[in-house]
Parts: sequence; structure tokens; C-alpha cells
Amino acid sequence: MQTFLDTILSRSDLIQEAFLQHIYLSFIALAIGIGIALPLGIFVARYRKFAEPIIGVTAVFQTIPSLALFGFLVPLIGIGTITALIALIIYALLPILRNTYTGITTIDDSVIEAGRGMGMTTNQLLWQIEFPLALPFIMAGIRTATVLTVGIATLATFVGAGGLGDVIYRGLQSYNNSLVLAGALPVALLAILFDLILKWIEKKATPKGLNTRG
Amino acid sequence: MIRFDKITKVFEDGTEALKDVSLTIPAEQLVVIIGPSGCGKTTLMKMINRLEVPTSGEVYVDGKTVTSVDAVELRKTIGYVIQRIGLFPHMSIERNASLVPNLKGWPKEKTYGRIYELMQMVGLDPTQYLSKYPLELSGGQQQRIGVVRALAGNPEIVLMDEPFSALDPVSREQLQIETKKIQKKLKKTIVFVTHDMDEALKIADLIVVMRNGQIEQIGTPRELIESPINHFVQNFIGVERINRKRSVGKRTLQEYIPFFEQDEHFPYLVVDASILIEEAIALLENEGTKNLLVKKGMQKLGFVNQSVILHAILAKEEVL
Repeated sequence: MQTFLDTILSRSDLIQEAFLQHIYLSFIALAIGIGIALPLGIFVARYRKFAEPIIGVTAVFQTIPSLALFGFLVPLIGIGTITALIALIIYALLPILRNTYTGITTIDDSVIEAGRGMGMTTNQLLWQIEFPLALPFIMAGIRTATVLTVGIATLATFVGAGGLGDVIYRGLQSYNNSLVLAGALPVALLAILFDLILKWIEKKATPKGLNTRG
Repeated sequence: MIRFDKITKVFEDGTEALKDVSLTIPAEQLVVIIGPSGCGKTTLMKMINRLEVPTSGEVYVDGKTVTSVDAVELRKTIGYVIQRIGLFPHMSIERNASLVPNLKGWPKEKTYGRIYELMQMVGLDPTQYLSKYPLELSGGQQQRIGVVRALAGNPEIVLMDEPFSALDPVSREQLQIETKKIQKKLKKTIVFVTHDMDEALKIADLIVVMRNGQIEQIGTPRELIESPINHFVQNFIGVERINRKRSVGKRTLQEYIPFFEQDEHFPYLVVDASILIEEAIALLENEGTKNLLVKKGMQKLGFVNQSVILHAILAKEEVL
């Protein structure tokens, strides 16, 4: 325990920098991942014949072992932050895409028919009905993607993009278990913290009427 | 006034849902389109607000084809109530009800006033319910809101697609009565689709009986009962009606003496006036005789057939 604390103190610069890098990587990857997967999810929910192939492709990406994906990208793009981000984004896509699609397509038909029958345009239906009703699903997808991304971002170290993986890797290299722990623990804490924050947002985002059953 | 002109509908899978249907629905009347499932009644109705498009033929509302107006604009002028209610669960009752006024851009006070009035009309206290959410309400209450929502934009025409068939019998009955009252009061043209002959006879000004994509008969409830045009219509009125009227079936024929016919009808079976209505109906349906001569002891009371029985039952219930 003492050695662990000593390690944290003596290596605080390294840990701090890696921690910020880690947050930066995860955050950017998620933001871009949401930026791609959310509209894509809405698109495939609207044009369902595209749903299977597009979700299929992202599912295939998901099955590639993360270490292999990083390794695979290096000869194509080289090392660095961009490579790490691309890999992380690819992993974030599926949960968000699939949940957005499921969220929208599982809305009760009668609600959509009523909206259409009342004279709502396709856009009004999307923003006033479909999106709010699918929001709890979408948020759940984003939470999954977040935990996933924070975890996988530890591998960014292998393409030279830094992050808490650096700390873990150095610990492994020098047989320094305390250092490994000093890298791994913040990753876990970060994942839990993000998850809690998003859970809170998810709760806030769930439309009021959906929680009440009389 | 709504006019269907030679409407044909063939679905993508090749089924012919409507075959050359022409029909005029007069303004300010409650017109019920009825028929067995798959007869095309809902498809026909949905052509009015363009949720369905005819393969050939035209639909006119007040002399203009529905295709001459933008579909979205058209729908804002036509109220719509569906069987599965379809309230938006994430919106308060007030927001649900004010959907069409909001789409139309009415001022807030006007919308609120309108909703308030309609809520009272369907028997829900606005101050108590406007801030609630759909899932906090019972099915009957939800569909009342469905009716309020359909009427909120002050449409001339309201389409109702089996609106009460999923409700419990008590709510159904109440809503039928209220719908009729509201229609008379607000003078709306209501097109009402159902498969329930009870409901049709109870609320309709005019009934359109459909089968296999065609219209079999158009008439007032009384006309349909008194002179069904063919066996199908007769059966459809009879079977539906009698199945649901077990309590009436337990009454005896002699309670309906004033309705008996005095002219002789052949062939007939002789029955005693003390037999139950349901027994009489069974005889008429199964024995191949169209008429029964009713006697009490040696005294001839008169003749009955299916129409007489139906008419008598309806008249006595003061439904018509």
C-alpha cells in the first residue's frame, strides 16, 4: 500500500498527463462516434433496407480484437493520436447505432400513425415524437460506448497516442505492479464516473410521461 | 361532403382491397362504414386523409380532390381517432390535445380555451387532467383524450377507425353516446369505421355495409333492418346483433306482440308465444322457414321473421 502511494506521488506528473490524455482521447472519440452513429441510426431507421448491411458492418468491426485493430491501422495510417481515435470511434459506433435504430423502430406504430394522421411532417415526427421516445435507448447506447471507449483507450499507448495505457505499460515493462495499478485504477474510476454521469443524464432525458404508469 | 368516385385499390401483393367503389358521404352526418375484417372499410376511410392512396379513382372533399392539397395540410383539417389510441406517452395531456392547434400555429389562449371546452364535453375535468400523462389514464380516459385531440383543431371532418373496439363495454357505451352528442352539437361530418353492428345501429345516421371491397348496401339503421338488400346484409345485422344480445334472447316472443305482422307469410312454422327470442331466432336460422306464426293457445297473434324480431328488439330498446 505504501509503495503504491509512493509510486503515485513520485510519478504524479506522468499519471496526471496520461489521465488528461486519456480523457481527451475518450471524449473526442465519443463525440465523433455520436456524431456519426446518431444520424446514421436515424437514417437507417427511416430507410430500413439499409439497416441490416450498415449495422452488420459495424458489428463486424466490433468483432475485431481491439489490439489487432490498432495493429492493423498502423501500417495504413501510421502511429499517433489520429490512429488511436479512429480505432476508438470504430468501437463506439455499434452500440450507439444499434440502440438508436432499435429505439426508433420499436416505437408503437399507433403513435406514429396518429402523428402522421394529425398532419405532422416527417421532420416534426422525428424531433417531436420519435427522438424523444427513443432517447432512453440512445442514452443507454452512449453509456455502453463510453465504458467501452474508456477501457479500450488504454491500448492507445501502442500507437503512441498516450493515455493511461502508458502508465500501465511502463509498469508492466519494469515489473512495477504499483505502477500498473496506478494506471489501471484511474481507468476503472474514469469508466465508472462517466457511466454515473451519463446515467444521471439518461434519467433526466427520459421523458416524464414514460416513468409513470397508472 | 366527401365523395368517392370509382375507387379501386390493389395492394402491392396483388390483393384487390377495393373494387370500383363510389360513395357520397353527406356533410354533418355520422356515417358508419361496417363490414367483416378485410372488406376494405379502413382502407377506404384512410383515403380521405391520404394515409392510403387509391390505385385509380378520385376522392373529393367539398368538391376538391384530396390530391390537390398538400397531404400534411389536408390532414391538419381532418380529425383522426384510431383504435389503438396513439397518444404520445412523453407529452402531457395538454400537449397531446393541443397538437393540431400547435401545428396550425394557433395562439395559446385560443388553444387552451378550445381544449378546456372539449375536455368538459367528454367528461374529463380539465384542471385535474391537463397536466397528467397518458399512461396515468385508463383506456377509456385515454380515448376520450384521443377524441379531444381529433376535435381540437376544429376540423369539419373527423375520421374514426374502430375507435372504441379496444375499450371495456362501459367506456365503449359512454363514448358512443358522447360521440353522438358531440357530433350533433358541433355539427361535424364523422366517418366511423367499425365491425360492430351494435355500435353502428346505435350511433349512425347512415350505414354503409361493405364486403370484399364493394358496397353491399347504404341506408339508415332502420332501412337496413327493415329491408336488408340481400342475405349477407341480413345475416350481418342478425348474427352480429343477436350474438351480443343474450339478455334480449332470454325474453319471450309475447313481449313484442305489437310488432308482429298480420299479413300471412309462407312457409311458416307454428310456435307458442311463450318461447324465447333466441329460440325463435334459432328456428328461423336453422329450419329453413322464413316465418313463424305465433299463437297463444288457439289465438293467432301474428307472424314474425328475422326483420320483425330485430326491429322489435331495437325499437323496444329505444336505440333508434
